[in-house]
Amino acid sequence: MVSRLSFLGVIVRVFMWAFLLGLAVVVLYPLLWMLLNGFKTNAELFGNPFALPVDWSFDNYRKAWNRGVSDYLTTSVLVTVTSTVATVFVSAWAAYGLTRVRIPMNRTVTALILGGLMLAPTVALVPLVKMFQSMGLYNSFWALLILYTAFRVPFTTFLLRAYMIDLPREVDEAAEMDGAGRWTAFWRITLPMCKPIITSTVLLHILFTWNEYLFAMVFTSGSGVQTLPVGLTSLMSKHGTEFPVVFAGMAIAAVPVVLLFFLGQRYIVRGLADGIGK
Amino acid sequence: MRAIVRRTLGFAWVVPALVLVGVFVYLPLAQNLWFSTLEWDIYSGSREYIGLDNYGRLLQDPVFWSSFGNNLLYAAVSIAVQVFGALVLAALIESIRSERWRRGLRAVYFLPSAISLTVAGLLFYFVYEPSLGPLNHLLRSVGLGELAQAWLGQESTAMNAIIAMSQWQGFGYSTLLFAVAIQRIPAEIHGAAAIDGVGPIRRFFHVTLPLVREMTGLMAIVTVSGSFQVFNEVMVMTGGGPNNSTQVLGTWLYRSGFVRNDFGYAAAIATVLFVITLGIALLQLWFTHRRRVEW
Repeated sequence: MVSRLSFLGVIVRVFMWAFLLGLAVVVLYPLLWMLLNGFKTNAELFGNPFALPVDWSFDNYRKAWNRGVSDYLTTSVLVTVTSTVATVFVSAWAAYGLTRVRIPMNRTVTALILGGLMLAPTVALVPLVKMFQSMGLYNSFWALLILYTAFRVPFTTFLLRAYMIDLPREVDEAAEMDGAGRWTAFWRITLPMCKPIITSTVLLHILFTWNEYLFAMVFTSGSGVQTLPVGLTSLMSKHGTEFPVVFAGMAIAAVPVVLLFFLGQRYIVRGLADGIGK
Repeated sequence: MRAIVRRTLGFAWVVPALVLVGVFVYLPLAQNLWFSTLEWDIYSGSREYIGLDNYGRLLQDPVFWSSFGNNLLYAAVSIAVQVFGALVLAALIESIRSERWRRGLRAVYFLPSAISLTVAGLLFYFVYEPSLGPLNHLLRSVGLGELAQAWLGQESTAMNAIIAMSQWQGFGYSTLLFAVAIQRIPAEIHGAAAIDGVGPIRRFFHVTLPLVREMTGLMAIVTVSGSFQVFNEVMVMTGGGPNNSTQVLGTWLYRSGFVRNDFGYAAAIATVLFVITLGIALLQLWFTHRRRVEW
């Protein structure tokens, strides 16, 4: 009886592992295929899609880089860095104000800021385009910086506020007794204590900005202000017959965030889990 | 007097956030309601109040309804795969003894969620490509050549192909979150059940499932909300074609407003999207609030 049971157990385990590893192959293979295709020629690509590249040359990567990817990458980095800094500071100030400072109508203000979480960007698209056109910011770097910041402040504030609520208050109260102003208490005491959650919010914001498509596509049209996701689609339409170059561009866009994920996995998971359920 | 000054100064902490959200999130929302009552030609600049006519047109627009249906299909498949499928998968992963394997598998499954939907969409555009795509090659090489087809080029398969790509891209994300929820179940509970001779399958239904019920509810709500905001993958893979068969509300809004220059009509679609997503968000709020009270 016992041996029969464990025999059954072995069968179940084998099936489970076959399933889990099979799924891993389904996930990894297309990604690997993408990376490899960046090294192939068009003829190889159309020959046998499963074959390895004959000649491992970085030609396609170089071509992709020179045909706009370097510009898209620069814009993506700029927008990502600036909007991350803006979002995290604006959100940290708001979270500090909501949890540490006695401000009038605290509950209303909290509801207003966090309420922004509920609104889908698509809903505001038409009026936003009109607004940015009339401000003369349409098709500019500023449009993306402002939109990415405004639409991510609610989520970031939500995470930071939840974290600050649980921090002990005695420390900043003591600092204030010592005559340090709130401004000093914020920078010297509260902000350093929030380091783990700030790391999470920074990483999540980078993932969001790097990959965002809707605003990037609608608000930028000329090259020079296009980020990678939009730039890749124009690379595709401009050089649509040289597929390996497109694959090289895709790989260039994907690799930084994949690395970032592996380096910051712990913080990203924490941010995601707190963001959905706390 | 000094107290009033102090309190008003304290307000400065939240002003930047309030201004950003007020001007760029709430104001456009209000404007959108107004725009949806206008007939608005972008080229001539003529604007005319037409009441609810745009909404009347919406109800008679077959593409609006098929877009709505596509969003619903998206939601249904995503609930099955990214909520229930991911929950089972997470339970399987967490039953592995080796910590390294658990962490490795979770990370591998999450990988497609780290790359953008644009890259994933373009990648699968090629995977589905009839002549160079590996999918058709694979089918031919295992003797199922008659199944090889232009997946994104025909109305009958295009939407399903996009939805399938989206499951590939997103299931690791929810699996990761379910894994976190399962890890938060105290180990003693599982241990006690195992000592009592409860098998793994019954343990899943009687221990794991009830204890991650909140997470499951939240994931379902978030997944449905996401399904109504689909845009990126459709734009990249088919642009809504062939013959509008893969339009979803987001892409139909975009096309109406920015390709056909029918701003008022696009605003009306946006209002519908607003009502749906707000309804789902309120459900989520009620859900998390109720849970907090229960605890």
